[in-house]
Amino acid sequence: MPEHFDLAKMIFGRLTLEAIPYHEPILIMTFIGVILGGIAVVGALTYFKLWVPLWRDWITSIDHKKIGIMYMILGLVMFLRGFADALMMRAHQAMSFGDNPGFLPPHHYDQVFSAHGVIMIFFFAMPIVTGLMNYIVPLQIGARDVSFPFLNNFSFWMTACGAALIMVSLFVGEFAKTGWLAYPPLSGIIASPDVGVDYYIWALQIAGVGTLLSGVNLIVTIIKMRAPGMTMMKMPVFTWTALCTNILIVAAFPILTAVLAMLSLDRYVDTNFFTSDLGGSAMLYVNLIWIWGHPEVYILVLPVFGIFSEVVATFSSKRLFGYSSMVYATLVITILSYIVWLHHFFTMGAGASVNSFFGISTMIISIPTGAKLFNWLFTMYHGRIRFELPMMWTVGFMVTFVIGGMTGVMLAVPAADFVLHNSLFLIAHFHNVIIGGVVFGAFAAINYWFPKTFGFKLDYKWGVHSFWLWFVGFWVAFTPLYVVGLMGVTRRMSHFDDTSLQIWFQIAAVGAGLVGLGIACFFIQIGVSIWKRKEYADVTGDPWDGRTLEWSTSSPPPDYNFAFTPVVHEQDAWFDMKKHGFKRPTEGFIAIHMPKNTGAGFIIAAISAVIGFALIWHMYLPAIVGFIALLAAIITHTFNYNRDYHIPAEEVVAVENERTRLLANHV
Amino acid sequence: MSNATHGTHAHHDDHHSDDANHGSLYDYVVGFILSVILTAIPFWLVMDKIIDSKTVLSIVLLGIGAVQIVVHMVYFLHMSPKSEGGWNMMAMIFTIVLVVITLSGSLWVMFHLNSNMMPMPTAEQMKNMP
Amino acid sequence: MSNTHAATAGAAGIRTSESFYLKEEHHPENGTMLGFWLYLMSDCLLFAMLFAAYGVLGRNYAAGPSGADLFDLPLVALNTAFLLLSSITYGFAMLQMYKKKVGKTLFWLGVTGLFGLAFLSLEIYEFHHLIHEGAGPQRSAFLTSFFALVGTHGLHVTFGIVWLVTLMFQLKKHGITYENKRRVSCLSMFWHFLDVVWIGVFTFVYLMGTLV
Repeated sequence: MPEHFDLAKMIFGRLTLEAIPYHEPILIMTFIGVILGGIAVVGALTYFKLWVPLWRDWITSIDHKKIGIMYMILGLVMFLRGFADALMMRAHQAMSFGDNPGFLPPHHYDQVFSAHGVIMIFFFAMPIVTGLMNYIVPLQIGARDVSFPFLNNFSFWMTACGAALIMVSLFVGEFAKTGWLAYPPLSGIIASPDVGVDYYIWALQIAGVGTLLSGVNLIVTIIKMRAPGMTMMKMPVFTWTALCTNILIVAAFPILTAVLAMLSLDRYVDTNFFTSDLGGSAMLYVNLIWIWGHPEVYILVLPVFGIFSEVVATFSSKRLFGYSSMVYATLVITILSYIVWLHHFFTMGAGASVNSFFGISTMIISIPTGAKLFNWLFTMYHGRIRFELPMMWTVGFMVTFVIGGMTGVMLAVPAADFVLHNSLFLIAHFHNVIIGGVVFGAFAAINYWFPKTFGFKLDYKWGVHSFWLWFVGFWVAFTPLYVVGLMGVTRRMSHFDDTSLQIWFQIAAVGAGLVGLGIACFFIQIGVSIWKRKEYADVTGDPWDGRTLEWSTSSPPPDYNFAFTPVVHEQDAWFDMKKHGFKRPTEGFIAIHMPKNTGAGFIIAAISAVIGFALIWHMYLPAIVGFIALLAAIITHTFNYNRDYHIPAEEVVAVENERTRLLANHV
Repeated sequence: MSNATHGTHAHHDDHHSDDANHGSLYDYVVGFILSVILTAIPFWLVMDKIIDSKTVLSIVLLGIGAVQIVVHMVYFLHMSPKSEGGWNMMAMIFTIVLVVITLSGSLWVMFHLNSNMMPMPTAEQMKNMP
Repeated sequence: MSNTHAATAGAAGIRTSESFYLKEEHHPENGTMLGFWLYLMSDCLLFAMLFAAYGVLGRNYAAGPSGADLFDLPLVALNTAFLLLSSITYGFAMLQMYKKKVGKTLFWLGVTGLFGLAFLSLEIYEFHHLIHEGAGPQRSAFLTSFFALVGTHGLHVTFGIVWLVTLMFQLKKHGITYENKRRVSCLSMFWHFLDVVWIGVFTFVYLMGTLV
């Protein structure tokens, strides 16, 4: 027992009023903006009496469609912060040469690039991809929901709580200054004694639990809940890529959990996993974290490959070329993604034999991706192509991603990587593939499935503006980085002495500005579309003449998705149905078995977030109390055996009759 | 309670779960006896220093451990190619492959990294450092 | 797997609308057992990382005590026996559950829990002793990775016991329902999986760590 038991220390840990960044004007302005925005939102919710519907219909919803929408909203909101970080970096680096120190002090700049990476990967890309898979996969396989609807809700709230902790770090304390992967010894307790790395660790651990459970959920859903007749080789390609993505999630995220736990042990109780003394090895961290890190980037990109397969087939009015080879290519990528990880640290000194193995394996993994690209091109060939927005984003992806992939193959050569590792060439490469791949894919998916989700199409004109600003803006922003990267400029620099480089950074800043305008156009597109939703309404449920089962439902689909479970005979099940003159049944509806909403997921996740905050600030008494509350909440939830209900047949009849009426009027 | 609505479903799914991971007394007892033997042998080998060569002993220990893991999988976890339509087996094989890759890969990589590190001065040399 | 519903009509290539949907309610197969198994596979990878850390750091004694100096093999053998016994008693509990005998199921689950507690007590005793001897997790990377791996296993056993007790209450309250059978089966997988990990631990850490 300690000499005197300091209760205040047990409750408040190292949290003091000093944690609020009074002397950082940018943060104070942001904080005021957030408070004002928050008041506006709370005011609107109160004025329109939306609190109860918010809780009843959204927060406690176990409906995969609502959860999918919430993931997308989370992703887009966090994207704005991640992009703000990007704008700050470009603006600062455009100025910070010679005598000009820029407007961000180095310790602030370091937090900006770290937060940018963490947010973009974990709280923008992952939620977007997860949201899309959550919304679309059950519809594509003819199911009513995922296998574990409660777990789905819980997974979302864990991710949201992780994001919340990142947001809190902006105003209470600080964030990590270590880069998005937090290598020790810099992230160890000696070099980073502040709360930043702890925010990083706990936000990712909490979000990671959500992601892992979501992975298990979608795998079981795809294996167990496919409609009768839908064999594996009759699944839509997006469902295949979703399956492989979730296999990667289940196989990769425990690795991240373990490594971050080891880092937190080093920080909290002085263990020696990654310390410089007493036998620890910081290189072990780099090795283990990249065993997670490489599959992670495939987790991000495989779903968008699936999206492009769907879009290309639909807008070429043609069956996807080479379905089987697409499936095999996806499976090969899944397996190979586990034997390339060392290419992220060729320069750490493993030697020629190790580097050669991983260099070759890295080059091999580009082959199945190439096969996919050829399949998309062959699908387009002799198709009747409609250049709707999803198709535009797809063509933009093809051009952009391929070039990015090629620079990746350049980096795969260990000798070249010794020059280019951690240069701006590397930064340009991975932004090239992530933006060209994941971001463009996200926009393709949003434009493609928006009418299904909300019942009206997105405005075409503003979508075109957004696309071109993004496309041109991306290349203006990142080509200079390729150039200076080849010249040897290092990443994560907050100041340069050589003013001859400045012009490149200024050009890059212009590019970032163009992208910003593209983002603005995207939000205007949404606003205009909502304004004109009657004009853009999707009445039939199939605005693009789609080929897969989600297009057989109304837009938006009813809670139960399908009044009758579909029976599948061929690939492209909906196309097959239309070909055979399928007529939607208008009678004989029966009661439908559905799961109940619940607040347990939200509550358990919220308690986790509180525990995370308490651990970050060493508030050990609240942490222990929180942990007991967590256990109690979980056990209480397991005592709830009353988790489902039936939608009465009359209600189904009413909903379906409404759709019949709508279709009849539309003709 | 939703027992009424669950009535038909419970009965339907009962067959499935009964067919699946259902061991018999024989399975558990055989598994237990095999495990006891496969535990006693390694402990005896080490505690009584039966084998001289450290390398050979290590391989024998790991081998016996692997066999006992299989015994547990078969007799306690009822692992079979049929459970869950073959997906259990596939998931397990995939996991084992990944475990082998990540374990052996990490050991290989870290060994090479360490061997390329500068040799550390001995205590004597440290004393004479400028 | 998904059941094919034979509902095609008419000549080859001609399908009526009715062959494209099911008129009666569709019961997809329950996925809990598969889902839990997948979670266990992910847990397997988590332990693999701890084993990897031990594999890399396990001989970094930092001029401190080694496994040969510290490990009490008879104690480890006793602990292994407790865990192995708990595995078979859980098996007995499962058998009673399938015979729908609530009382006997509860009895064997209780015995399993007691063996689990015995295992944990011995392990806590061992850890306490090591820390007392100055061989705590902060002493060296070897000890760090030892405590992390064995400790994580112990934490899993602890959560397993909490789950077991909770289930005993639920069995008492609701009896052997379809729900509860599924839960007991999941815990069974979890419990046996922990024994499998322990095989790795006593082989790779304790036995091989004692070799000079």
